Amino acid sequence: MTEVKETPLKKVIVICAKASIEDVYATLIMANGAVMEGIEAKVFFTFFGLDAITKKQMNKLHTGVVGNPGMRMPGGLPFPTLLGVIPGVEAGVSSMMKKQMDDLDVPPVDEFLDMITAGGGEVYACKMAADMFKLTMDDFSEHVKAIITVGDLYAMSGGEGTQIIFT
Amino acid sequence: MAEKTVAGKTVEVTDEGYLVNRDEWSKEIAAELAKEDGIELSDKHYEVLDYLRKESAAGTSLSIRKVGKSGITDIKGLYKLFPGGPLKYSSKFAGIPKPASCV
Repeated sequence: MTEVKETPLKKVIVICAKASIEDVYATLIMANGAVMEGIEAKVFFTFFGLDAITKKQMNKLHTGVVGNPGMRMPGGLPFPTLLGVIPGVEAGVSSMMKKQMDDLDVPPVDEFLDMITAGGGEVYACKMAADMFKLTMDDFSEHVKAIITVGDLYAMSGGEGTQIIFT
Repeated sequence: MAEKTVAGKTVEVTDEGYLVNRDEWSKEIAAELAKEDGIELSDKHYEVLDYLRKESAAGTSLSIRKVGKSGITDIKGLYKLFPGGPLKYSSKFAGIPKPASCV
């Protein structure tokens, strides 16, 4: 028998590559939850996830209503894909989701990033994706510490009790 | 559940060290629990604890966001007061249950 020794979690790296409300919030909640537990947290946004830290987009995130099997009407009936293509439906569903989260005291993206950085969490943007979308530090919110490469990210992921989480 | 003697008083605590009965709380107990976690309570700390006890008694579900908007301190200040656990430590020292919140 080998003895199982638990190593407490000391650091998490959370990576977000998508821009939908649920993907971004999964990242923010994981990162904020870590900071609140005294775990060091670094958040890395890449590809469409960059929307979450781009000043123009960060508070206008949507959730996909087309091709989303988990989406249901109020009452539980499946949400018809055809309904999702009507202009304004996605925006309506998205603002409803934001309202429901606000009721649970889940803040808007910019305020959530305030909370994470207030606790010492660090926010980074992916260099390759930023180059691809032609975004610079001027486009990003003040929470973003730097634009870094994947090599830089791995360099800060060392140490015992570190986990990388891809949401 | 276990019994524990804090500040000369025997109180019932959970496995994580939270008071089971909030009425057993006193400032002295708060100070001693905080000391165990390496925190020396100041007046500012007690202001936060008072706020948490009041809100918790009113049935509010607590979050660091609420405390940050309470006017006592902002979230950065809250992290400074209770390093490594702004809500879990403050709730423990306030003698209220561990908050079941993800934010």
